Amino acid sequence: MNPKGRYPSALSLAALLLFPGNVATSFADDVEIGGSVAVEVRVFPGDASYSGQDRSRLSPSVVVEPEFIYPLNGGDDTLTFTPFARFDAQDERRTHLDVRELTWVHLDNSWDTTVGIGKVFWGVTESRHLVDIINQTDAVENIDGEDKLGQPLLNANLITDWGAFGVFVLPGFRERTFADDEARLRGPKPVQVDDATYDSGGKDKHIDFALRWSHTIGDVDIGVSHFHGTSREPVMKSVTRSDGVAAFQPHYDIIDQSGLDAQLTSGPWLWKLEAIARAGQGQRFAATVAGLEYTFYQVADSAADIGVLAEYLYDGRDKNAPATLANHDIFVGARMTLNDAQDSSALAGAVIDNVTRETFLSFEAERRLTDHWKAKFEARWPLNVPNGGFFSGAQNDSFLVMRLARFF
Amino acid sequence: MQFKYMSKTLIPALFILGLETPLAHAATPEEKGLEIAVEIDHRDLGFGDSQTELQMVLSNRNGDKSVRKLRLATLENQDPGLGDKSLTVFSQPRDIKGTAFLSFTKILDPDDQWLYLPALKRVKRISSANKSGPFVGSEFAYEDLVSFEVGKYSYKWLRDESCGALQCFVVERFPKYEKSGYTRQTVWVDKSEYRIHKIDFYDRKETLLKTLVQSGFERYLGKYWRPLKMVMKNHQTGKATELSFSSYEFRVGVNEKDFTPNRLKRIR
Repeated sequence: MNPKGRYPSALSLAALLLFPGNVATSFADDVEIGGSVAVEVRVFPGDASYSGQDRSRLSPSVVVEPEFIYPLNGGDDTLTFTPFARFDAQDERRTHLDVRELTWVHLDNSWDTTVGIGKVFWGVTESRHLVDIINQTDAVENIDGEDKLGQPLLNANLITDWGAFGVFVLPGFRERTFADDEARLRGPKPVQVDDATYDSGGKDKHIDFALRWSHTIGDVDIGVSHFHGTSREPVMKSVTRSDGVAAFQPHYDIIDQSGLDAQLTSGPWLWKLEAIARAGQGQRFAATVAGLEYTFYQVADSAADIGVLAEYLYDGRDKNAPATLANHDIFVGARMTLNDAQDSSALAGAVIDNVTRETFLSFEAERRLTDHWKAKFEARWPLNVPNGGFFSGAQNDSFLVMRLARFF
Repeated sequence: MQFKYMSKTLIPALFILGLETPLAHAATPEEKGLEIAVEIDHRDLGFGDSQTELQMVLSNRNGDKSVRKLRLATLENQDPGLGDKSLTVFSQPRDIKGTAFLSFTKILDPDDQWLYLPALKRVKRISSANKSGPFVGSEFAYEDLVSFEVGKYSYKWLRDESCGALQCFVVERFPKYEKSGYTRQTVWVDKSEYRIHKIDFYDRKETLLKTLVQSGFERYLGKYWRPLKMVMKNHQTGKATELSFSSYEFRVGVNEKDFTPNRLKRIR
């Protein structure tokens, strides 16, 4: 497939509307087409916990995520469109569409702007992304919180000798996604997804704001941020449905969250810190993840690197805030990178609660098969789940994922 | 290093006055080696910035090939105590499309390096302690690809010999920075334009590890030579990596702010 073919698509029409001055040249520009299509199978070795949950242990799905990029004005402006679709055989709610990105990015010498629907990541630690707050988690995609829904945003960044200053206006809130009542990983009670409640009278129309400063000072990369708006994490309120079934109803509070993320890079050592203070969910509380990553390079005279990771997780939230696994926990992990032509890599980790010993094991490995095909394997395994533990209701929902993706 | 800033036209005048050209007054092989290195650096001084696209073909002993395509932008740092800045953006293989790598070369200190992962929209500061590790699975180590800075090595001139149709200096250089994978390199530099044609790399056990051959030299702005083909052969594994560059563009007016970690997530 020719990735740089000429496609006078809807995107170029949109570009013509946005940039009428470029009518003559825009057709000469190329839309770059990329993205991926993947087939995925989730395997649940254990039995489902609840009656009414699907009995099948296999959950196949297909993911389509194309990417259209349209550079304009010699690259000073870029239009990007990344729709996303998953079709899941078992989970009706996991079958979903999203716009991961639909942005117009403008670059100037010392400032840039982004308008549209996009994704923003802040943070440095491995086991938990505390500071990262712009995007809602697409929780049906995976339980590691790494997948995000596209967020409507207006963002401007000023790049100075004293770091980058960013302003974010976030019109429109995305509710978290939850597994279907009959699907695996739904938790102890079904979730009333269409019935979420809000602190704000504007509900999901509340306009959120965020500010961020980030800078590199020698070996330290640092970021300071503040967010005011609708919490991406819902409180799950216990309710009784009209049919008498006990259920969870998500409630989204208005919060203020200040964040700090920093990394010191020194030889093979990475020292990482994330910390937040949040008000608006119970008592104002602080939370932190602090740790390190040490890499052994070219282990045993091979090209492979092995990194060891250790992080401490603290979270001071009370019962009026959304539940978290990470109140007093230790994370240990190992990362292996073969540095081969296939970019083979693997990451294994465990988050262990210091008090209850509730443990979450995670393993992922990936390898490029050819220039266009890539294979990925994942395993997520909750262990020692106590009554009322973070994973209670999902203790039988350990799963393996095999994914084969074609990139184009 | 004052003669670094001496104009070429001055040299014959000085010669007539009985002063020697820089290379002629080198007394020891070490001094002569250093002066050749200084002249290589001198001839590249003032290029400003450059951009090129390249294709990287990795092959193993069985003939299996894999292809990477990338764009490389370099911003010269004229401060002799600091190295250049470089920005690499991958377009192939497709699963790493948009991945960007920003590097600030230092002379003896570890380089500063950041990686941008487009799927996560995440900029990561990465350790540069693995100088001898392979760059994207290729036979090029990170240390083979960073900009040439005189102060990274000590030198020793070995001999002069013909290299193809040209005459070459053969110079040994010994990495002074930490964590190098090499004890020494033997470099063939032509006498007419001070272009590096070949480098033999010796590993920490002093055995020949790799050979780099550079060819297809083109001259830009009347004085800056760049090889459009680089072939690195690993003698111990039988693997090879071939880099084919498209023509370079110089002084395109790249923005210094583009070479900052904060901009990395906006670069394509």
